[in-house]
Amino acid sequence: MIQQAEMVFMTQTERETVELGRKLGEVCVPGLVLALAGNLGAGKTRLTQGLAAGLGIDGDEVTSPTFGLVHEYSGRLMVYHFDTYRLPNDQSFLDLGAEEMFAAGGVCVIEWASKVAACLPANRIEIEIEAAGETTRRISLRAFGHREVEVLRAAYPGQPEVE
Amino acid sequence: MTPPRYLLAIETSCDETAAAVITHDRHVLSNVVASQTDLHLRYGGVVPEIASRAHVQAILPVVKEALAKANVTLKDLEAVAVATRPGLVGSLLIGLTAAKSLAWGLGIPLVAIDHLQAHIYACQLATQQPLYPCVGFVVSGGHTNLYHCPTPITFNPLGGTIDDAAGEAFDKVAQILNLGYPGGPVIEAAAIHGDSHAVQFPQAFLHEDRLDFSFSGLKTAVLYAAHGTPGARAVPPPLNTQRIADLAASFQRAVIEVLVAKSVAAMHQTGETRLAVGGGVAANKAFRTSLSSAATRHGFEVFFAPLDLCTDNAAMGGLGWEYIDARQFSPLDLDVTPGLVRVSTDHR
Repeated sequence: MIQQAEMVFMTQTERETVELGRKLGEVCVPGLVLALAGNLGAGKTRLTQGLAAGLGIDGDEVTSPTFGLVHEYSGRLMVYHFDTYRLPNDQSFLDLGAEEMFAAGGVCVIEWASKVAACLPANRIEIEIEAAGETTRRISLRAFGHREVEVLRAAYPGQPEVE
Repeated sequence: MTPPRYLLAIETSCDETAAAVITHDRHVLSNVVASQTDLHLRYGGVVPEIASRAHVQAILPVVKEALAKANVTLKDLEAVAVATRPGLVGSLLIGLTAAKSLAWGLGIPLVAIDHLQAHIYACQLATQQPLYPCVGFVVSGGHTNLYHCPTPITFNPLGGTIDDAAGEAFDKVAQILNLGYPGGPVIEAAAIHGDSHAVQFPQAFLHEDRLDFSFSGLKTAVLYAAHGTPGARAVPPPLNTQRIADLAASFQRAVIEVLVAKSVAAMHQTGETRLAVGGGVAANKAFRTSLSSAATRHGFEVFFAPLDLCTDNAAMGGLGWEYIDARQFSPLDLDVTPGLVRVSTDHR
């Protein structure tokens, strides 16, 4: 069975959400796939800005890829930032070159990932953001795969795991 | 009388496959866009076939139609211009490959242009008056960027969005308010019957000197105003027609006030006297009216892209003539640059 681990955080401010992303970015390894879920306004792009900052990319460079569909940023590792909001089906996601980017040795971040769940590698970190208050967010991170679990534990040492 | 000179321009940076023929005196002879807007409508705002495959299928018929409508043949062409940045890599490559093949096959120069400079240049196509030097403002679904443009082919970024583009905010708010797609026209129509001061929405950076934008917090604020703040007991007013109109009007005012304030600030900071505005949001009438009156108050001139050249098109690739006049051609081994250029592009 594939190794798994889950952690849940409550962030009270946007800054804390960004910080959570930054910690993960600092320990990202080549080939990691991060699948983001959450409604409009939940903070998917904000969290990605933090993640990019942790990889040495200026957070202001990271903008919503809703129209551009995929943005690329160059940091300690390349970041491929996808947004499936405008995509109707799996094929259109694959047509963007998603599988090539999964294998390109960078970090892939996919906003609205549940729309293309069937296209994602089994080894990934799923990040689900739920609005629990005006700026309060419940953020759950589920790592699937040995390396992904290690990354999660390295990012948040001491954070209890959900049984 | 000198014989007319013809430029073929190709544009495939995002959703649209487009080609146009422009004469050296900047007369647009044809402007063909294989738009997916009707498909957008059918699928409620999503792009059914966004990828390069759609561009591959459309590119040759679109080029043929552009030539036919302009009543010119391939051998009449003096050069081929193509947008090579920024955009989706697979999409840009289709346009570039077509342009390279034509340039090589016909033995004519290839000219690579910047899609965002071209959006600004669309304003020049609508006026006989020299536009440059100016401040250029591209406001669309994918971009909200201010540039200082000393010439048509040089620009320096002054600022831009740090999260969502203005046009994206319109589309997402339209979805939040169940108004349909595309967001710009439906919000504008709903806003006419609304009170633009019904809700005071956040206006990021409005009172700061920086020429940057952030519309993501505004989008979230509209979401909460429409459907309630998560975790809060207070129930929002019912989302009836009047409430939707009020929220649309208040949202639109919040966006436009920021766009106008930053335009004015950019004019002051650069000392320029002309502002050129392109991109899909430049078609918004309330924005045009508001910016025009601000221009009068602050003593600068504002030029808008013609309505049919606000959204993506190839006619704005008439910018290619500026490169040709400057003898700046591109090699046939040129590659695309998908990312947003954040440094000066006056050399390559």
